[in-house]
Amino acid sequence: MSQAAGAPKISSLADLFAIAYQIEADAVERYDLLADQMETHNNPELVAVFRDLSRAEGIHRDEIRRLAGDIDVVAHARRMAKWNRGESPEEVNLAAAHYMMTPWHALQLSLAGEKRALEFFTSVVETAKDPKIKKMAEEFMEEEAEHVNLVHRLLRRYPQPSDSWSQDHDPPVSQE
Amino acid sequence: MGDRPSVSVAIVGSGGAGTLTAGSLLLEAAAEAGWQGLLTRTVGPQIRGGEAAALVRLATHTVECQPDQFDLLIGIDWLNAHRFGAEIEVGPQSFVISDPRGGDLPPNVAAAGARIVEMPFKNMAKAIPEGRANMIALGLACRLLGLGVDVVSTLIEKRLADKGQAAIGASLAGIKAGYDAASNLDFGLRLAAPKSKSTRRWLISGNEAAALGAVRGGVRFAAAYPITPATEILEWLAPNLSKMGGVLLQAEDELAAINMIIGASFGGTPALTATSGPGLALMIEALGLATAAEIPVVVIDVMRGGPSTGIPTKSEQADLNIAIYGFHGDAPHLVLAPQSVGDCLFTTQWATYLAEAQQTPSIVLSDQFIGQTRAAIARPADVAFIGQRLKVTNIADAYNRYALVANSISPMAIPGTRGGQYTADGLTHTEQGTPTSSASDHQIQLSKRCDKIENFNYGDHWATIEGAGDFAVITWGSLTGAVREAISRAAQDGVEASLLAPRLLSPTQPKRFAAALAGKKRILIVEQSHSAQFHRYLRAHYDLPDNVQVLNRPGPLPIRAGEIHRAIMEWRS
Amino acid sequence: MSIVDMRVAGKPGDYKSNIKPIWCPGCGDYHVLMSFTRAFAELGLPPEQIVVVSGIGCSSRIPAYTNCYGFHGVHGRSLAVAAGLKLSRPDLTVVVASGDGDGYSIGGNHFLHACRRNIDMTYVVMDNRVYGMTKGQPSPTTEPDFDTALSPGGTGLRPFHPLVIALASGANFIARCFSGEPNETASVLVEAIKHPGFSFVEILSPCVTFRPDEVEWKSRVHPAPVAPTNDPGKAARRIMTDDGFNIGILYRGDRKPYQPAIGQPSVDPAELEKEFEL
Repeated sequence: MSQAAGAPKISSLADLFAIAYQIEADAVERYDLLADQMETHNNPELVAVFRDLSRAEGIHRDEIRRLAGDIDVVAHARRMAKWNRGESPEEVNLAAAHYMMTPWHALQLSLAGEKRALEFFTSVVETAKDPKIKKMAEEFMEEEAEHVNLVHRLLRRYPQPSDSWSQDHDPPVSQE
Repeated sequence: MGDRPSVSVAIVGSGGAGTLTAGSLLLEAAAEAGWQGLLTRTVGPQIRGGEAAALVRLATHTVECQPDQFDLLIGIDWLNAHRFGAEIEVGPQSFVISDPRGGDLPPNVAAAGARIVEMPFKNMAKAIPEGRANMIALGLACRLLGLGVDVVSTLIEKRLADKGQAAIGASLAGIKAGYDAASNLDFGLRLAAPKSKSTRRWLISGNEAAALGAVRGGVRFAAAYPITPATEILEWLAPNLSKMGGVLLQAEDELAAINMIIGASFGGTPALTATSGPGLALMIEALGLATAAEIPVVVIDVMRGGPSTGIPTKSEQADLNIAIYGFHGDAPHLVLAPQSVGDCLFTTQWATYLAEAQQTPSIVLSDQFIGQTRAAIARPADVAFIGQRLKVTNIADAYNRYALVANSISPMAIPGTRGGQYTADGLTHTEQGTPTSSASDHQIQLSKRCDKIENFNYGDHWATIEGAGDFAVITWGSLTGAVREAISRAAQDGVEASLLAPRLLSPTQPKRFAAALAGKKRILIVEQSHSAQFHRYLRAHYDLPDNVQVLNRPGPLPIRAGEIHRAIMEWRS
Repeated sequence: MSIVDMRVAGKPGDYKSNIKPIWCPGCGDYHVLMSFTRAFAELGLPPEQIVVVSGIGCSSRIPAYTNCYGFHGVHGRSLAVAAGLKLSRPDLTVVVASGDGDGYSIGGNHFLHACRRNIDMTYVVMDNRVYGMTKGQPSPTTEPDFDTALSPGGTGLRPFHPLVIALASGANFIARCFSGEPNETASVLVEAIKHPGFSFVEILSPCVTFRPDEVEWKSRVHPAPVAPTNDPGKAARRIMTDDGFNIGILYRGDRKPYQPAIGQPSVDPAELEKEFEL
């Protein structure tokens, strides 16, 4: 399903900034949520991975806010930056989380997210009529391409885990 | 023969004879004329047309139980009346009026040595167009007891107003026929003149009194499932709660009912349900939830014969165990028991007040006897107990729903209160209300809920304590009236006994109970339970003197004042 | 507080508590929680005006994860609690959260009557076709051939079709959602909450621990091919013949919600004893 299908319409530069901001803000929240889940489920290695990812997205988010200058991206995003189908590109797939997941898994999710974001801005570049919007979208697109490369580099540190990565010798516990 | 301070009449008939209507009119007419009294009913298993008996006792003073034997037994017919057995006893001093074409006298009546007079009710009724035998019996009873025919006639006109003039005329003619037929009979059953009519009096059933008490205590929401013998509570509440801006909802089952009232109470509305033993059994899980989450509710259990489906139309006092001990885990809560028809109002109102004040369930153990007895009583005094739970309104800091406070009653945030958001939970929780399995939190909250109800000041209402001496009769609930009467008879025989009837059964009151028993050397415990639940309860929680006797029997037969009196006299000597 | 103030759309974050869920990572209920908070934010209701009522089960843990008032009751009785609450406090917005076991098994009877009564509330059932909290027994919506410890080889029983039951019993709004689409689900929840009467929203929410096979649900769900109807007959035909993965609002009825007038007394309390006076 194309990302563009559920994406909010971009009619102005402010719209573009707001959406770019929201994508990163959503990513921060998603990684924070996953970090919390890993903390509750006693996977400290993944807590660190997700907190790092969250921090990185937070930097991107703040940078967009700075770039936007006078535009109040926060308020504007709240008004219009809503995905009606699916989630925003960097909201990594919650259903793929696992309490025993490894950094490799987390980075695969992140990679997929960055690729979706790249795909999104690429389609904006391709379809934008307004030259100012097109230019800014290109910058965002390039930024996302860098993120993709960054995640690839990080992935090189972590080999793909063996098939038994999710094997837990203990059975589930009934709480009620 | 002198006029009697008290006279009792039993009217028996079947197959649509209208026996219960006759008894009800007799009580109402006597009440209007100034007497006190009570009416109980006993019926066969059929839904229509079954054998039925109206048992009426009238007096110039308060009467709270039926007599040992009936002064007057009127048999419109005797079909299947043997089923009533010892519930309707007569003796050599009694009069029996019997239709010779009404079937055989029940064996216990035939063998009682009573004076039997024949009255052809069936034929007399046939002689009147649309005539009914029950109206003839009513007229008869009125004349014999010394009630004027005018009072009952006015009642008939009111009661049958919507049935048309023909029905009214036929009824009045029947009453007159019965009244006239009694002119030759002098049984010496005239009632002494009633006391001054300036005392305000009511004609009310225990169930109605309980319902009124609940509304006065602040109840504005009820949800319930119909069950004998509690349904009249719901029937009264449905229109009357609505008049007070509240609502009654019929639930799909008792599981829904109890959870509905918990929901309403969580939302800030004092709430109640009424049921009997089988329904209470279904509600137990949710009552544990209300206890754990500290949500007030009132449950009236109108006890009936058990276990299981038992004898739905008869009284018994065997739900004490489930009410006090039935919750799983340690879940201390309130259990109260009214002692008479009038006391149903006070006890239910007080139970509502206590539940709200302490944020916990109250179970009110009424029973079929007082629930379905209709009595003419002095108007009960107004009491100031109105449910008022401790709420929190201005929340500045983080709110802890189950905060530890001096008297263990934490202020409750009602939904809609900003800053007070919390999740009520049956899971063991912290002061904030968050689920926990920690030893210290569990201990803390258990102790809090226990201290909350044990340290509350219940005042003098916790029990009825009357009389002095070293002999005490201990009872509870509907038997209080019969015990009081027995003690009064014993006093006339020169034997002094005191009465102790707890109204508050849980939490127990060790210090006050010990004070009430100080100096008592002999105890007689009277209760209507096969396994003597009350006796075991007393032994579990209180120190009793060495000499204890128990007079216990399950339903369906009431324990008579005469039996208790005999037990007092025997035990005394 | 003025209506305008109350209607300012909040942030989803305003509706989340700081309590960390015990749900397994990968559980669909995390998305459902998101849908709840997004829907509440969209509606702009103050959190203290919303009550989330639940029973027992993984999905029933949700109230404490919101910043609204919550009620975590006993198994299967949440609809009854909600009925009592809403009838006596019609000013509150009541959302009931349940699962396929809590809602359709032990809660089955209350489900029928809640639909029939049509009190204004929203009933959200997170259906994962298994009893998760108690380690994997079949629920009334489990497929007949799903092997479990308590039913080796599968139950052999035909699963309930809860949407049909809801329609037959009188529910005034019926929808099916998929947890993996939290924004769509949030929109449906907004509609459900706004729609008067009893709104029933079944959310397919995979159980990552006991039904890992449900990961394929995201490929099986699809938007309902037709627009919602208010004709119960049409709705019945559609719902009875759907494949269990039609997503969207399927029925929007016109029944008037049940809410007896409450509030001010219409008589003086002293009047109540008059009928007993002699």
